[in-house]
Amino acid sequence: MKLVSYFRGEAFQRGVHPPSCKLTADRKIRRLPFPDRVTVPLSQHIGKTPRPIVRVGQEVVRGQPIARSDEWLSVPHHAPLSGVVEFIGLRPGMRGTWIESIVIRAHPGATQEDLWGRPRDLSQASGQDILQAIWDTGMVGLGGAAFPTHAKLSVPKQAKVHTLVVNGCECEPYLTCDHRVMVEHAADLIAGIRYAMRATGAVRAIIGVEDNKPDAVLVLRQAIADAAAAGVSEEIHVEAVPTKYPQGSEKMLIMALFGAEMPAGGLPIALGMVVSNVGTLAALGRLLPLGQGLTERVVTVTGPGVARPGDYRVILGTPLKFVLDYAGVPAVDAMDARQVILGGPMMGQAIGSLDVPITKGVSGVLVFRREDMLERESRQTYPCIKCGECVESCPMGLNPSTLGMLAAKREYDLMGEQYFLGDCFECGCCTYVCPSNIPLVQQFRVAKQILREKAA
Amino acid sequence: MTTPIEIRSAPHVQSAKTVEMIMRHVVYSLLPICAFYVFQYGVSALASIIVVTGACLLTERFFVGTGTQAGRLSDYSAVITGLLLALTLPPGFPLWMGAVAGIVAIALGKALFGGIGFNVFNPALVGRAFVQAAFPTAIATYTPSFLPGRFTEFIPSTLALPLMIPADPASWLKAKSLDALAGATPLAKWKFDGVLANADELLTSLSGHMAVGPSPLLILVCGAYLASRRFMDWRIPLAILGSAALTASLLYAFDAARYPNPFFMLFSGGLILGAVYMATDMATSPVTPKGMWVYGALIGLLTVVIRYYSGLPEGVMYAILIANAASPLIERITQPVPFGRGVLDRVKKRATYPLNPGYISREEANAVTPKKRFLPNKPKK
Repeated sequence: MKLVSYFRGEAFQRGVHPPSCKLTADRKIRRLPFPDRVTVPLSQHIGKTPRPIVRVGQEVVRGQPIARSDEWLSVPHHAPLSGVVEFIGLRPGMRGTWIESIVIRAHPGATQEDLWGRPRDLSQASGQDILQAIWDTGMVGLGGAAFPTHAKLSVPKQAKVHTLVVNGCECEPYLTCDHRVMVEHAADLIAGIRYAMRATGAVRAIIGVEDNKPDAVLVLRQAIADAAAAGVSEEIHVEAVPTKYPQGSEKMLIMALFGAEMPAGGLPIALGMVVSNVGTLAALGRLLPLGQGLTERVVTVTGPGVARPGDYRVILGTPLKFVLDYAGVPAVDAMDARQVILGGPMMGQAIGSLDVPITKGVSGVLVFRREDMLERESRQTYPCIKCGECVESCPMGLNPSTLGMLAAKREYDLMGEQYFLGDCFECGCCTYVCPSNIPLVQQFRVAKQILREKAA
Repeated sequence: MTTPIEIRSAPHVQSAKTVEMIMRHVVYSLLPICAFYVFQYGVSALASIIVVTGACLLTERFFVGTGTQAGRLSDYSAVITGLLLALTLPPGFPLWMGAVAGIVAIALGKALFGGIGFNVFNPALVGRAFVQAAFPTAIATYTPSFLPGRFTEFIPSTLALPLMIPADPASWLKAKSLDALAGATPLAKWKFDGVLANADELLTSLSGHMAVGPSPLLILVCGAYLASRRFMDWRIPLAILGSAALTASLLYAFDAARYPNPFFMLFSGGLILGAVYMATDMATSPVTPKGMWVYGALIGLLTVVIRYYSGLPEGVMYAILIANAASPLIERITQPVPFGRGVLDRVKKRATYPLNPGYISREEANAVTPKKRFLPNKPKK
């Protein structure tokens, strides 16, 4: 009810409330078995693609670097399995194209313990040392964007950061991996937050958690109290923010916590803030003292087509087919899985092949069956009836209705110049609410791509 | 690789609201109003509603059948046009004229522009404007409500043969020992005779033999239902009524003897029906929230001005049609300000944390954990 939220004054204006469908919110994280073979794509993150530093036939142990680059905006990859490098070449990637990957065949008898990492003491390390250590772990944003974490946490010389905002919103329906990490690995998270605060020089950290996860809020508050009792002097707060999509966008989270609008086109650093995801920081808190590389992550495997949905600790490079077989997707055999989505239902990427591996940026695997798609497929598309739903739901305050009409006429330049197409971060709210079933955000993606190509 | 999975672009879920659903709920909300209308005027009103809606549906069907139209018959939009058109016509309006109004409404008001979503003017009002120009006598002839025997007997003008001038109901009314004035709307009475109707008569239209349209109170209730589920935008009716009330009160304060009180202005004639159902027609109103306020204010102002200063007793229809024409322009000048492009230092007082971290302390001790607010935890079957 927009009328009510208008007067109640919610965290940020507009936005939508999709059914949360968090099927796996109360289930513990379980480990997925190791597959026989893993495929590690070289390009898993934003930035430069690292080069392989192993050759075919070479034996690798779990945690050993297998690809690296000397570029700043790039991170190394580590072997997720102890085994033999079987193949280096093109393999199916999540975007549909085939990408350069390293395939490792597991040794049947290996323990699969990470024996490569060397524990180290970072208690006296400087910010630069911590950033270097973060780079060594190969950490990227585990929330989905996969931006190299050391780059995100390094502050430019002229800027100053006072606040570390920790994003535990997880506003996407279905996904619960961050939720479970907060509940089960709160101590790791606090440790990771402290490393990040030292790396950035922030004096306080604020964890924003959507208020549909009260258990996470309680656990984190307890963990902070425990840490304070153990002599941790950093200021860390936990704040429950209203449940609303897209609360997990950093602009919306900063709006909810500080009531400040981030200037368009700016980064949080302009306000003296750095935003990072809870999953990333929890992994950092665990890996940094051990000196290990990122070889696994927590993935939510869920959806109506999954028999045993849950949050699984999956080693990177595990083929989706293996994950889905283990989670019990009868649909894979009965051939009625219609859609497999990496990420959440609002912004996730549908994939065309089950040979695609789990990479660092994959937070969820969502399976829809044929019958789940029927309703959407039978929907008629109408012309825009100008109901204004999209305008009332766009968190960026754009006018998707007019933008959509311009996109249909291919007036891309006008969209960019007068209607601020560049501000759109493709959250999909407009398409979610559109009663006419117009693929608005899809059109905007095309338009943005065309504008980018024009500019290039 | 053989698994037949499909690739689509995000988002992969959608809200349940569809065009059909919106239109269907508008029809539901119109049904009580139509029922009350029939209760007031009897079988003639029923016949009028059926014939006008039928004419709209047949015309829509014809144009949809040509394949040049967006939308389809089952989207209920033509039903809304028909019901609204019937509610704006006098109850004793000849049926054949009603059919003409329905055909014109869909053909000229909607199909000409390309069907649902493309129309510039509210189709029902286009139909009404056409018959107002074509049959000025018939459309100004109102009969009183709650006539005895209204469920068994047609008002004579209703059954006029096609292309024939309807019989004047004055003699028929005289036979029922009612004077002809009873057949005038409260607005016409005020305009031409200087008689003001009472508030309760206007609100419920339950008392006596006043010739008033559908009950404004009922329309407001049905409109509140639509607004609460956002099948209609609440800003437009509020802006119309607010601006009409403001204009009327200013004029009333200026010269109370010459101008009627604002209450009469709001609840007489078709202002409530127009504000709740006609002006809120989605395709013909601006899409931007600010634009909706401007659009509504324009309609309210124009209505009062037309009622006071023109030769017509009623001005809602023309006010809405003029505002429909202005709405693309209104939309252009009221584009929303994108996030982060407004006033830069707009920091809200509500914020939990100050931007400057100098003066915050640990408040975990007295912090409150909110209640669990899950939305329905079931995936769609």
